Amino acid sequence: MLDRVLLETERLSKSFGGVRAVQEVSFSVRPGQIKGIIGPNGAGKTTLFNLITGVYRPDAGLIRFDGETYAGLAPNQMAERGIARTFQNVELFERMTVLENIMVGRHPRTRAGFISAAFRPGGARREERLIREQAGEILRFVGIADKADWVSSALPFGLQRLLEIGRALATEPRLLLLDEPASGLNAVETRDLGRLLGRIREQGITVLLVEHDMSLTMETCDEILVMDYGRPLAEGTPREIQRNPQVIAAYLGEELVA
Amino acid sequence: MSPFFRHRLLPVSAFALLLALLPLVVTSRYYLNLFIFIGIHTLLTLGLNLLMGYAGQISLGHAAFFGLGAYTSGILTATYHVSPWAAMGAAVLVTITVALLIGIPSLKLTGYYLGMATLGFGIIVNICFRELGGLTGGPSGLVGIPPLSLGGVVLDEPRYVYYLIWAVTLGALAVSLNIVDSRVGRALRAIHDSEVAARASGVDTARLKIWVFVVSAMYASLAGSLYAHFVTFISPSSFGFMFSVKLVTMVVVGGMASVWGAVFGAATLTALPEVLAAFHDYEILIFGFILMVVMIFLPQGLTRGCLDLAERWKFCRRGIPAAKV
Repeated sequence: MLDRVLLETERLSKSFGGVRAVQEVSFSVRPGQIKGIIGPNGAGKTTLFNLITGVYRPDAGLIRFDGETYAGLAPNQMAERGIARTFQNVELFERMTVLENIMVGRHPRTRAGFISAAFRPGGARREERLIREQAGEILRFVGIADKADWVSSALPFGLQRLLEIGRALATEPRLLLLDEPASGLNAVETRDLGRLLGRIREQGITVLLVEHDMSLTMETCDEILVMDYGRPLAEGTPREIQRNPQVIAAYLGEELVA
Repeated sequence: MSPFFRHRLLPVSAFALLLALLPLVVTSRYYLNLFIFIGIHTLLTLGLNLLMGYAGQISLGHAAFFGLGAYTSGILTATYHVSPWAAMGAAVLVTITVALLIGIPSLKLTGYYLGMATLGFGIIVNICFRELGGLTGGPSGLVGIPPLSLGGVVLDEPRYVYYLIWAVTLGALAVSLNIVDSRVGRALRAIHDSEVAARASGVDTARLKIWVFVVSAMYASLAGSLYAHFVTFISPSSFGFMFSVKLVTMVVVGGMASVWGAVFGAATLTALPEVLAAFHDYEILIFGFILMVVMIFLPQGLTRGCLDLAERWKFCRRGIPAAKV
């Protein structure tokens, strides 16, 4: 069971004009892991996320999730298949309340369409009630239940990050992609985020984490992939990565070691 | 009191009661006609508001769907003597088909481009009304559209038409309120706020935008059929670009993303030219001035603007920071 693979990419590539943002990246994530991706700015981490979640179509290469190969699916289809994500620059539904933001996250697991929305048969009412309850549970899980009625844009930034994670969790993902969830957070908030990641893993959700905060990455991740110039540079446990001379070189500057 | 009762059932019932009693007080034909037009415009604005206010997709050609409803009903009943109710159903089907054909390619566009595409569509449809003389009666219009009848009663009295049109409009209002506060409605608002996050949350944005476009066109088609059977004579000039702009203005003045705002915007902008009849020469000037003032000082529209002020006050008292608008 442990050697099973949840997500796997094979020689994944994506260019923008002349810029080769991601070049032949092959890596894998095992179920139940928290896997980190680190690398200098412009290393292709966010592009890799956008490829996995269907925002971009790869120029070449494959994405395999839970044994099935996907190419060119839309983000909403990836969400339906169990891949959820957050964004580097928090993307909330700003004019909606905190609770409603989470409720939108239930979209791929619920059914009611225009006709049942318009005429509200009993089934639609039950579903609506269930969506509300489940959203409330998720708010408690991420710890912002007391802010349920706030307009989301009024939340302090740290709580906005939590809300975004909650919205992603509402889609019942098997794989959760977090794009720099600690950026903009203070030390206390970052520590709480680390604990939340632990509890998310306890729920059986696999986490893929892009993060610049080294202490968070080293403490919470089981494995780390280091990227540089769109390519994988190294992969291993946090201890291995910290000792890897290539990684040190990439972070301190190539010319020092060359 | 349950929130459903307080926020939905009570206001709608109160509004329905008010509308039901109105003809007992207002007996003048002139005012009754005015209220009928407010009803038709409200129906149109409710539909356009779902598209523009909630989903954030602009349509500058909505008069075309209104016209398609009116002309399909008019042609089928006046020329081919089809029963008006069946014609109304046919008009909705025609409009849905056209909305799908136009919506599928053009809703891939955003912002100004979508505005331009729908603008072009509106103009083309209007030219068709004008030029397909054999079918539509051309620029001089289509005459002899029979009034609707219900249970053997011919609805040719303004009072009857008033009740019919407001019954349909109230139904549409209730449906709109339901849609807005549902899984689909939340997804629409989500698209408006952040399309990329909506997609990541599993919302099929492309499909949903087409659906809301179709629903909004259906509202317009129904309004068109009701209009045609009420006035019994239609001509292309009622369905031109200026009317599309007027509908957009009603949505904006009433307030984007507010169902009650749609009623308010339609009522205000329908009644305004009548009130200003004495200043007939300056009507357009005053109209433009009001639009400017609303856009500058209350960009969320009159209703939303007032609601926000009230909400801010309420939140302040409860110690919750006001929404950033």
